[in-house]
Amino acid sequence: METFLGIAFNMWWFLVFGAVISGYAILDGFDLGAGALHLFLKKEESRRIALNAIGPVWDGNEVWLVIGGGVLFAGFPVAYAAIFSAFYVPFMVFLMGIVFRGVAIEFRSKEPGKWWRKTWDVVYSIASIIIALSLGLMLGNVALGIPLNDDQEFSGHWLYFFNPFAIMVAVTTLSLFMMHGAIYLTMKTENRLFIKLHLLANNFTVFFVLSFIITTLYTLLYIPHLSDYFRSHPVFFLIPLLMILSIANIPRQIKKGKYRYAFLSSAVTIALLLIMVAVEVFPYLLFSKGNAANSITINNGASSTKTMKTLLIIALIGTPLVGLYTGFVFWTFKGKVKLDATSY
Amino acid sequence: MDVEIWSRIQFAFTIAFHYIYPPMSIGLGLILVIMEGMYLKTGKKIFEDATRFWIRIFALIFGIGVATGIIMEFEFGTNWATYSKYVGDIFGSALAAEGIFAFALESGFLGILVFGWSRVGPKVHFFSTLMVFLGSMFSAIWIVVANSWQQTPAGYHIVGKGIHARAEVTDFWAMVFNPSSVDRLIHVWIAAFLAGAFLVLSVNAYYIIRKRHLEIAIPSFKIALVVATICSLSQLWAGHRSADGVAKNQPVKLAALEAHYDSSARGDMYLFGYVNNKTQQVTGVKIPGGLSFLLHGDFNEPITGLNAFKADEKPKQVNAIFQVYHIMIACGMGMIALCLFAIWQWKRNKLFETNWLLWIFVWAVLLPQIGNQAGWFAAEMGRQPWVVYGLLKTSDALSKTVKANEVIFSLILFTVVYSLLLVLFLYLLNKKIKHGPESYDSEESDENSKRNNPLMQQH
Repeated sequence: METFLGIAFNMWWFLVFGAVISGYAILDGFDLGAGALHLFLKKEESRRIALNAIGPVWDGNEVWLVIGGGVLFAGFPVAYAAIFSAFYVPFMVFLMGIVFRGVAIEFRSKEPGKWWRKTWDVVYSIASIIIALSLGLMLGNVALGIPLNDDQEFSGHWLYFFNPFAIMVAVTTLSLFMMHGAIYLTMKTENRLFIKLHLLANNFTVFFVLSFIITTLYTLLYIPHLSDYFRSHPVFFLIPLLMILSIANIPRQIKKGKYRYAFLSSAVTIALLLIMVAVEVFPYLLFSKGNAANSITINNGASSTKTMKTLLIIALIGTPLVGLYTGFVFWTFKGKVKLDATSY
Repeated sequence: MDVEIWSRIQFAFTIAFHYIYPPMSIGLGLILVIMEGMYLKTGKKIFEDATRFWIRIFALIFGIGVATGIIMEFEFGTNWATYSKYVGDIFGSALAAEGIFAFALESGFLGILVFGWSRVGPKVHFFSTLMVFLGSMFSAIWIVVANSWQQTPAGYHIVGKGIHARAEVTDFWAMVFNPSSVDRLIHVWIAAFLAGAFLVLSVNAYYIIRKRHLEIAIPSFKIALVVATICSLSQLWAGHRSADGVAKNQPVKLAALEAHYDSSARGDMYLFGYVNNKTQQVTGVKIPGGLSFLLHGDFNEPITGLNAFKADEKPKQVNAIFQVYHIMIACGMGMIALCLFAIWQWKRNKLFETNWLLWIFVWAVLLPQIGNQAGWFAAEMGRQPWVVYGLLKTSDALSKTVKANEVIFSLILFTVVYSLLLVLFLYLLNKKIKHGPESYDSEESDENSKRNNPLMQQH
């Protein structure tokens, strides 16, 4: 096995995939959160400000999903094939969410009518909620494992995906994004809307912490094998420890009015949660429940070393560029939202 | 019907719908770069107003293009799992490169394009426009490379057997520059420029007929007409190169395009016709030996016909392939004729008084759209029964775990949602066009934007 800086190429690619997915969850997470809480904002002007807070950046944030899909397809085609064909039904629902979220943002402002806008507000919010829930549902099932046959394809019925654990992960994901989105919006708003979002941020933090605790307890009690790796490698207990500190820091910073730090903490929390899932499932990309021999790992699911090498070069050239202009765009639109003629 | 046919219908439907938008984005991107460039160079406000107007239409087109494009990326995995495993090494690389090099560039700078007018200077704004345009061009590169590899695979070797067989890259650049990549990319780029140019022509022709926004509409029309003329003429050359490549690399597809059955006969070229695949008869108007002449410079040179290929290695829908191919050519020729005639009228100073010609331009926006769709159908149907030419059959490429009823469920979903999207898109586009460009930066413009923005009236 060839290596780069002492790490095998498929391991590198696993890390890259993890980083891209974390990037997506952190960036589009606040868009989705803002969408999910959209209907809590009642006034037309508040809704417009909230939409324009994500307006210039949500498209760029969604790109991380596209990159993630490409990375998985290229680096681990077997996992890409198995995961998306297995999750056919929930994934189609997810994609519809993506379509409707995008067009709702785009269409809403194009007509002044009250009902036109109300309809797209509801579509936008429900689509955001569906995206968050279905992402969580799929993540939960990937963590849990699904039955795979000898061809490494799903051999169950799609109703299987609606198991208690996956549902809990789905709700936790939604609550996490809502908290994340509310904190983001506090940074972008002023006056009464800002006060309202401050309160919402507090409430969603409580919602998230409760969901998180329930899911964690359920995992420890009923799905002990997910914590096996932690027990055998105690050093990894640092991750949940850091995560608890990071979560605890969120309400603390909100209380102090330091929303930027609160946002940073919730971003770190998202990353740590995904790292924890990665450690739990490693080295499996998709664990085969019932017949472990059919599982897809980072070894049997990977592309050729040549492709992964090429991709690593592509990533090394591309990532700094993407970082550079993403930073430029965020910097251009920094500060509180001001509505003008070009706004949504 | 079985999973295969449903999955094929779904893929064809979703990709065809998606492909309405990206060519318009690419073509409109070019026009935007020209218009905003003119604004920077001349400082004339009409160019700024035109740029702003088209950016708002660009955003609408781009939005639907993205939403429907994300679906495409995952549809390989959902419906074509075996294919995905087989080509992941190659196709996946191209998609990943597209995401990181092209799509990120495009989406990142789009925010500045649409919302950044008051936040960045004119030069930075122009730079953003340029980046969005380049991003869309790069997108086309990677997608066409991936598809061309399916037509003319190169730079790979096959590893494993049966269900576990897969293509692995041996030479990345040979894979990227496979025999058909460059020709097809040029063909697709030019077709996209035409889609953008004809959209601009259509809208401005409408304004000129209605005597509205003339100070903007006439220069915009002229810019777009020049682009359309250059592109439609160069498409002759690019299309010919592509056809040459097909003759060399995919002779069976070439035979199907002209419904040429007999292996020892010269190849005729039809203007239009009807193919009976059973009797192998083509009824229509033809140039005898035209195909032989175009490919070999000799009217009597025999061309390999469909009968020379094994039954399970050639497409069955010969008439459909023949039709879409000839529709594409007719659209191309129609655009050339229209552009040249308009240029001639322009020279005689009669262009903007000839209302019937302008009305043709209003509707001619459909020509590049139909041509684009027909061209892709010809390319993809002509490759059947292969999904990767000579390597993997379409029927072997499916997701084995996905059932027919699941595909029917998603197909119904797509049909309903996409119909709704198309109706809304056309409604909003029509509304924006009727509303027309606004004048910015003057007192009057503030009034205008308030009048047109009811939210600003309330406050």
